[in-house]
Order: sequence, then structure tokens, then C-alpha cells
Amino acid sequence: MSNEIFADVLAIVWKERKSQFRVRGSRMRFLMMLMSPILLATIFPITWGPDWLAQVPPLVIAAITSVILVAVMVPESIAGERERHTLETLLASRLPDRAILFGKLLVPLAVSWGVSMLAILWSAVVVNLVHWEGEILFFTLPIALGSPALSFLMALLTAGAGVFVSLKAATAQEASQILTFAILIPPMLLQIVPLLFRDQMRQFLDTVNGIQLLAIVLIVLVLLDAIVLLAAVARFQRARLILN
Amino acid sequence: MTEIAIRLDNLTRDFEPVRAVDGLSLEVPAGTIFGFLGPNGAGKTTTIRLLLGLLEPTAGQAVVLGYDTRTQAQEIRSRTGALLEHSGIYEHLSAEDNLGFYARAYRLSSKSERQARVRELLEHMGLWERRKDQAGTWSKGMQQKLALARALLHRPPLVLLDEPTAGLDVPSAAAVREDLAELAEREGTTVFLTTHNMAEAEKLCSRVAVIRKGRLVAIGHPDELRAQSGGPRVEVLGHGFSDEALALLRKRPEVAAASVQNGHLAIDLRQETATSPLVSLLVGAGVQVEEVRRGKASLEDVFLTLMEEEK
Repeated sequence: MSNEIFADVLAIVWKERKSQFRVRGSRMRFLMMLMSPILLATIFPITWGPDWLAQVPPLVIAAITSVILVAVMVPESIAGERERHTLETLLASRLPDRAILFGKLLVPLAVSWGVSMLAILWSAVVVNLVHWEGEILFFTLPIALGSPALSFLMALLTAGAGVFVSLKAATAQEASQILTFAILIPPMLLQIVPLLFRDQMRQFLDTVNGIQLLAIVLIVLVLLDAIVLLAAVARFQRARLILN
Repeated sequence: MTEIAIRLDNLTRDFEPVRAVDGLSLEVPAGTIFGFLGPNGAGKTTTIRLLLGLLEPTAGQAVVLGYDTRTQAQEIRSRTGALLEHSGIYEHLSAEDNLGFYARAYRLSSKSERQARVRELLEHMGLWERRKDQAGTWSKGMQQKLALARALLHRPPLVLLDEPTAGLDVPSAAAVREDLAELAEREGTTVFLTTHNMAEAEKLCSRVAVIRKGRLVAIGHPDELRAQSGGPRVEVLGHGFSDEALALLRKRPEVAAASVQNGHLAIDLRQETATSPLVSLLVGAGVQVEEVRRGKASLEDVFLTLMEEEK
């Protein structure tokens, strides 16, 4: 990314940072959103004990936290701007389409990833406080590396999908609802798939260890992210936004 | 030779099945205030969007500040200030932050330059004292002034204004008009504005174009348009201007147009002629005539006549 585009992205980030947290009730809403991951990152580690640091649930918490936050913030940033009649003026400025798009995605991505990492670190603190074993315990390497990566990639995927939904939806609220619904479908499908391909799945899982499985998931997500992001860049064009 | 800020050549834009802009050709000289007049749905906003390169023309070409809107829209937007249909003010941000953001977007280089320019504009618009307020708490007039300040932030050679005084009270509208006139005179900025307000166009604009259903109906200095369209005119004050009376008037060969405007009957004549036969006709048709004046057509009269002719 050239310096010029970078400066443009930063201009949008400056505005988004102020906008996201200065809309009436936005801070309270953000605190409410923060409550769920922090609660989950408190209750589960207490119940699981030190096992928490070596199991899959921290990965799930990291992913879900970032997805939920992005699902609220991206529609607010794109559909919300159109709803408040400020988008056209922004598009009439010299800022390039890509700078506007990336600037609008950067703040939700940074906030959601930051919050999910905070929740994960907090869960490790809870384990150590409640189940102190004479030395500081931390996540196993796959979890320690996997949770930031998974959180970021899931946030990026949701953000890309959020662009499409925001371009179609009439309001930020509608976009957020559609996006949340769309996010719930893949986990529901994942529950059905193992039933259909139980034997094949079992055979496959027997051949890979946890790290390999995580790597496969991350690679698939990287590919999906790339596809969705490229499609979002192609879709986020002034003429289309004006006509929408 | 006069420099041309905007050149439209057979500019056309379709929104199937509607043709919003239909073969528009005109030139706007640099440093002038150009009024773009037309009723609702005439294609004014679409034209502004085309000029900014926000929409692509279906046919024809628009060249703004020497740049083609199809291929060099980014160059145009860098050099243009815009106040569109909606003010585009971020209501939850302060006035200072609203301008601060666009100052960054337009790359006013240093923080001190940004602050100085923001202060200069807010002081000029009389908004400096309330710069920390959320813009959403301001009156519509103050917001519109802020939006105008935003359009001027980067000292653009061209500003495009879509009904800049719409919805403003009389003092606020007058203040905005004063600012625009001063801007064009002091900085040589070209102002392209759409308006419904004929008095505003008459006061501000050195050149106006009238469009209807996307087509150019007339163009020129307001005085030229009055001269072209408005021959001698008679204004009748009174009561009982019935449709029958108007129909009778319109049948007279010397009458070009007759319409009731603001409770007065305006009669456009083809040539200078005695008014007494017309008054007798009106009285005979049941009109109570209180006063008869001879006068010149205003731009509003010209506009209404043009709209009438187009029908």
C-alpha cells in the first residue's frame, strides 16, 4: 500500500474511531458487548481449571468474540453512514474507494481482535488466580498461536461479509441482524456435516494431530478471507454505492 | 479567452426506464456563479453526481476543470468542494472534528495548517464559539453553514452546491448567499449551484441554465433570459381569477401567457399593447380588478413561462 493510500486510510480510521464511540449510547453498547466475552472468559476457566489452557474452547471464545463485535461495528460503519446521509458527501471527497473501505474495516478489526485477545488473556489470569499451582500457567503453544490467528481471520471473514450485507441492507440494524444470522448458519451446518460424513471425518481426524488440524482450519480461513475481501473491494465502488 | 470550468457535451444519464439527464450541453465560465434551475425531478442532483464522477454518463461527456468525469474523477474530486442534497454533517461529532476529518481527507499538510484553516472558516461563518458542540445539536442553518465551510476547506477552484439554502430561514439563507458571493469575488472560485429559489438565482448568479426533464430549456444571464422570454408584462391585482377568465385571456392574440402567481394575475404580452381591452375582458368574466401594473418579468416569471411552454 503506497504512503498516499495509507494516509487516506488513517484519515478514515481517525473519523471511524471518533464515530464508533461517540454515537449516543455507543459506549454503553460497547461495554455490554464486552460483558459476554469477559463473563465467558471468567466462568469457563473456573470450571475447567488448568485444562482450559490446553483445550479448544479458548479458540472458540476468541473467534466468537471477534465475530460478534465485527458483526455490530461494520454495519454501523457502512450501512449506518448511508442511513445518516453522510456517505454521499464522503464519496464526493477525494478519498479513494479502497481507502474508505479499508479505513472502515480497520477499526472494527482492531477493536474486535483486541477485545478477544483481552478475553483470552483474562481467562489465563482467572485460571492462575483460581487454580494456583505454584507456578504461572499459560496456554499451550497451539492455543497461544491459534487463538490470535483464528480470532483475526474470523473477524476478517465477518468484516468482508459485513460489507456485502451493509451494501444491501436499508439500515445498520437490519445489516447487523442479517450478518448475525448469516454467521449462525455455518456452525449449524457443521453440526450436521459430522453426522453425514461421520466415518470419513473420524478417519481423517485420526490421521492429523491438533496442530495440523488447526493449521488446516487457518489455511482454509486465509483462502476464504482472501476471496471475500477481494470481492468486497470489487463491490465497494462509488457508482454502486450511490445507486444502492 | 474565458477559461471554462465545466463543459458538458450531450451529457445523458439513464436510470431505466427514466432518462434523468437528456443530452445536456453547456459551458460554465471559470470564476462565475452559475445557477442550475429546474423543478423537482428535473435532473439537477443527477447532473451534480455526474460532474463529481459519482455516476457514469450513459452517453456524452462532462469535462470539469479540464478533467474527464469518466476517467479522471479522482482529479476532479480533489479540486472540488461539494455540498450535496443532504448536508453530510456527522451529527455526533463536533464542528471542529467534522472539519478536522475532511482537512485530513484533503491532506491539509500539517496539524497547524489544518487548525488554522478550520479556525479561519469557523470564525468566518460565526461558528467558532460553538466549535466543541456536537453538530447534531445545531440548527439547520448552522449545520448548512458548517457544510459550506467543509466544502471550502481545501480552497477548491470549483464548488458544487445542491440547493445550499433549502430549508433555511430567511436570515440564514441570506448569510449563505452573502458568503457565496464574497467567495466568488474574493477567491475567484467557480460556484455551480442548483436552486428552486429564483430570487436567489437572480441575486447571485451571473449565468443560469433552466432544465426540465433532464433537457436544457434555456441558458444565459438572468437579464438575457428575461429579455428573451419576458416581453411586456401586465400584473393584475384583484379577486376571482377563474379558469374561464384565464382561458379567455389566453385566446387573445397579444397574450403570450397568463397565470396566477401569489394571488396576482401575471399576463405576458407578445408586444406593447393597450391594457384596457384585457381589463374589460377580465371584468366581463367576473374578475374584481383592484390594480393594474405594467412591469418586467422576473426570473421566476421566466421560469414559469418556460415550464408552461415545455408542457
